[in-house]
This record gives sequence, structure tokens and C-alpha cells, in this order.
Amino acid sequence: MTLNRRAFIGTGVAAAAALSAPMVRAQGKPRVVVVGGGAGGATAARYIAKDSDGAIDVTLVEPTRQYYTCFFSNLYIGGFRELSSIGHSYGTLATEYGINVVHDWAVGIDNDAKTVTLAGGAVLPYDRLILSPGIDFVDGAVPGWDISQQNKMPHAYKAGSQTELLKAQIEAMPEGGLYCMVAPPNPFRCPPGPYERVSMVAHLLKQINPTAKILIADSKPKFSKMALFQEGWETHYAGMIDWLGPDFGGGNVSVNPDEMTVDIDGAVEKVDACNVIPAQKAGRICDMAGITEGNWAPVTGYTMQSRIDENIHVLGDATNQGDMPKSGYSANSQAKVAAMAVRGALTDSKVFPAKFSNTCWSLIDTDDGVKVGASYEATDEKIAKVDGFISQTGEDDALRKQTYEESLGWYAGITEDMFG
Amino acid sequence: MSGRTFGFAVLAALWGGAALAEEIGDAERGEEVFDYCVGCHEVGRGAENGIGPHLNGIFGRKAAGVDGEYFYSEGLQRAGADGLEWHLETLDAYIENPKALVSGTRMSFDGLEDPQERADVLAYLRLFSDDPQNIPEADPTARAPEVELSPEVLAMAGDPDYGEYLSSECKTCHQSDGNDDGIPSITNWPAEDFVIAMHAYKRQIRPHPVMQMMAGRLSDEEIAALAAYFEKIE
Repeated sequence: MTLNRRAFIGTGVAAAAALSAPMVRAQGKPRVVVVGGGAGGATAARYIAKDSDGAIDVTLVEPTRQYYTCFFSNLYIGGFRELSSIGHSYGTLATEYGINVVHDWAVGIDNDAKTVTLAGGAVLPYDRLILSPGIDFVDGAVPGWDISQQNKMPHAYKAGSQTELLKAQIEAMPEGGLYCMVAPPNPFRCPPGPYERVSMVAHLLKQINPTAKILIADSKPKFSKMALFQEGWETHYAGMIDWLGPDFGGGNVSVNPDEMTVDIDGAVEKVDACNVIPAQKAGRICDMAGITEGNWAPVTGYTMQSRIDENIHVLGDATNQGDMPKSGYSANSQAKVAAMAVRGALTDSKVFPAKFSNTCWSLIDTDDGVKVGASYEATDEKIAKVDGFISQTGEDDALRKQTYEESLGWYAGITEDMFG
Repeated sequence: MSGRTFGFAVLAALWGGAALAEEIGDAERGEEVFDYCVGCHEVGRGAENGIGPHLNGIFGRKAAGVDGEYFYSEGLQRAGADGLEWHLETLDAYIENPKALVSGTRMSFDGLEDPQERADVLAYLRLFSDDPQNIPEADPTARAPEVELSPEVLAMAGDPDYGEYLSSECKTCHQSDGNDDGIPSITNWPAEDFVIAMHAYKRQIRPHPVMQMMAGRLSDEEIAALAAYFEKIE
């Protein structure tokens, strides 16, 4: 049964190709260029290469040789992971999957000629382009802060050296010192991320500097898993964490990195470590490709194609797609839909209806994990939420421990799914 | 083919309204059936944990929840933490095929295929739970509403190609190399077990919010496709 079906499909593809020869191009095999080697881009590149069995030429453009996942980088701050354990290289994608991995920056896109120009000067032609660049920061989002100040007041919202720097600054805080986070407005990468980070900072400080305090200035009246985090903070870090929402001036913030001060609604605080997570927008290559509207790149959920240029698919944090949160899990889920659509367009392989899902695990303290998740489907208008769940307050310790252990399994699963 | 048929027979027994679904079995015959169990389990006055936990008060008990010292498998602990409780329906599914309900259980028992035998042994065990016979609505006679699965839906053969596409959603968490730290492996899971498990999640008999959500939107055809794919995955 299986063999017959496969044989039949194979014949069908060959026949269709012979009759219509839809993809005959001068250079032979269809080409896909993927820009960005994170949860969206690496997954898309791997699935296209794996499932097309060499019928599609896949090039992955990613500046870093060692990629640090943003997810689980908070656990490094909390001391639950080594930094090296969240670093991944692209060797397997090159050797096992035949992906042409290019460590360079994409600096220009010619939508008509269908080429990507790299900082090193190379020009890569494509039949389909996949952009998965993640986020950049909105200029002027936090008065007093710009990217040149990121060593004094790290964002640590792209993992790696920034994460190390932030942790080092927290460890160097004087006894009883103050850590301040300026939380970003919606929408932003990893909605529970800032609050998991606060939990991890508190976990770290509780051990090395238990009289230290944490201040969060937040322009949002509520945030992801709010009840769960606030319950956890009360349980594990009572008296340590102060969250200032918009009612308490949390939306009216400026910083002075040279003086190490934060002005919250006119009250100036001297801070010992300051984590500024500014408002965000699509990685700037999306602007260069001319596919953004406002801060993000609109896409259709059926294929993850840009609504502005149908030869470009956009994945993950950079997109405006509808109801999915900006998360690594979402990007990974979207990548599979895009990979299937791209293969369908370039090789006439079968295309099935798009399905999406997301789960975000967060760690509050040792063995105290929580999660939120949902499933989604594509509609004409957007990617729409179908069903969801969230951990409950008051859950027993065994369930929380299990949720944390589940997140470890998920990390191993998704990174294998991304990097092979 | 026979494996598939067997799986469907089991499903029919679970949800299709076979003999057990309607009534409690015969406890006297159940005592004889319990001979299968006595190598590991004690029940009755003075029963203690041995190779397996004692079974006094099993009805209504949380999985992996026996009083006193007993070291459960990780799989059973996980099921208990997820909220699995032992009632007529879940016990029936468990003794019918322990590993299909709780992957990683150490209970090395192939399962009781005959629904009547299961009904009988459960009727016997029920004697050692809290006086439910005096309260008709009480556990274990209280039952969740039945779900009818039509034989046409059950007879669906899975398309492994479709299953391969659908599986990409599973592989975000379930590692295809079979590693099972934190999240159980589903690689090479026998198709009938897979189908049973997915329908049990879909009908929320098996606890776990992520899996209930994932299975909840899978059609019967999609469950069959995934089962066909994962059984053969290399």
C-alpha cells in the first residue's frame, strides 16, 4: 500500500514535470535562499533540503558561526544552563543536508532580478527567498538609549555576548543594589521572556546578593502569564521584585547610561544594572526588501508569503501574521508551512493545509516551570487562534517540576529540528 | 493488517460501547483473573507494596499515588502529575495495554485482550476500594459519557506521506532519534497504540494540555496518517 502510493506519486511528479516543465531555468535546479539561521530560517532550510532530496538548491545566510538561542538564554542568567549548552553551529546542516551555509550579512535585495547581495559582495540569485531575520530595535524607543549604549545598559534580547554581559553586570552589583528592567511594549519577541528573565535574575540574586532589589518599568497594564509570574515571585522572591505598570509611571521612562540612572515618571533612580529592552521591529533586511508595513512584514498564513512580494516568504518574529506570539516555537512551526509551500511551488510536491502551534515554557525558580500554548490555522485574514491552554496558579510541585522537565525535552527537540 | 484490526477492536471496546461499558463484571470470576496479577500485586487486608504497588483503594487514586514507599517509573509519575486517575475507564485502558496508556511504565504485562476478563478483574478490585457498591453513582460505576467511533472512521488506513508532513508538528518536541528526556519518545510506536493514545487525548481521557490541544484538532484520518508514519520512521 505504502509502496504503491509512493510509486504513484513519484510517477505523477515526473509526468507533470515532463509536460509542463514549470521550473526550467538557465541554472538548472530551483534555488532557495534563506536569510537568518534561527528557529525559522534553520528549520526552513533543513526541511526544504531534507524533503526535496537534493532537487532544490538551498543556501542559508547567517552572520554568526555559533548561534545562541534566545530561548533558554534566561536560564543561563539564572545559572541553570551553561552558555555553551545553548550554542549551536551549522556543521550538520552543511554536511548532512547539503545546505550551502554562508556566514555573511545580507545587505540588499533586488525583488525584480530576484537576487540577494551580501556584505562580502556576493550576489545570490533565488527562485524563492525566505527571510527570517528576527528583530531589530525601534530607534528612540527609550529616550537616552540607543544601540551604542548597549554595553552600559544591555538589552540581552539577542542571545550571546549581550546575555553574558548582562549576567556579569548583575553578578557585579553591590550588596543590596538595584537591577532595573525597562520592559518593551507589544508586540515583541517572546512575550513571557522579560518576566522569566526577572525570575532568573531574582534566582541569581537570592543566592549571591539576597538584599538586592529588582525594579521593572513596564508600559503594559498586563503581560503574558502575569498571574503565574506574580504568584511565583510572591512565593520565591517575596519583597524583592517591584513591577511598575503604566498606572505607576512605568510607561514614562528615560535612561541615562553614563550616569546609570533611570527616570520613571519624573523619579530618578540610581541603578546598578540596567536591562533596556526597547520596542522592536522586523529585522532591517525586511525594510531593504520593501516588504514591511509599519514595523513588521505582513504575510499570508497559508504559505507565509509576504503580502507585498510573493517570491518572498517571511518567518517568525519579523512577521505580522495574526494571533501567533513571536517565539522560537512559532517560527519553527511557520517554517514547516513555508518549507512545504516552497517545495510545492518549485517541485510540485504535495501541499497540505497549513497548521500551526506554539507553546512557551517559562522557569520561575528551581523546578517551577509553567507553560502557555495554542494551536492556530490560516484564514484569509490572518493566522487565527483555534484553541489554547495555560498553566494554572496553585499547581502542585510535581506538575511544575514535570513542566520544567518537559521544557528541557522541548529544547532538545526543537534544536534537533533546527540544526539536525 | 492483524495489528490494525486488533487496534480497532480495542478502540471499539474503549469507546464503542462493548460489554464492559455497560456493566460491572463478575467479581468472583475476577478473582481468578487476578491470578495474572498476584506475582507483583497484593490486594485485600494487609496488602503491601511488592514488585508492584498494592491495589487497595485503587479506584479514585491518582496514578503513581499509592501511600507509603513505592518507587514508580518515570512514565507513571509523569502520568500522575498530568492528572491521570484510576477509574473504571482508565484502569480498563491500562490493563488492556499498559504501555499504550502510559509509555515507559515498568508494568511488564502484555495486557488483557478480553473485555469480559477486564470487567471481571476490575469488579474484583472494586471490592477493595471504598464501598462504592452502596452508592450507585460513585466511582467506579460513575462513568464519563461514551464516545461513539464509527467503524468506517476506525477502518481508515493512514497515508504515511500526509503523516510525515503532520509529524513535523510533533517533532518540535518529540525527538525523532528516540531520546526521551522530559518528553516521551514516539518514534516507532506501534500504530494501534498510537491511535489509541491520540483518541484518548482527543477525548481528554488521557491528561496533558499540550497533547489534548494537539490531538483535539487532528481528524481521524490525520491520526491514522501520523500512526502510519511514526510506526515506520527510521
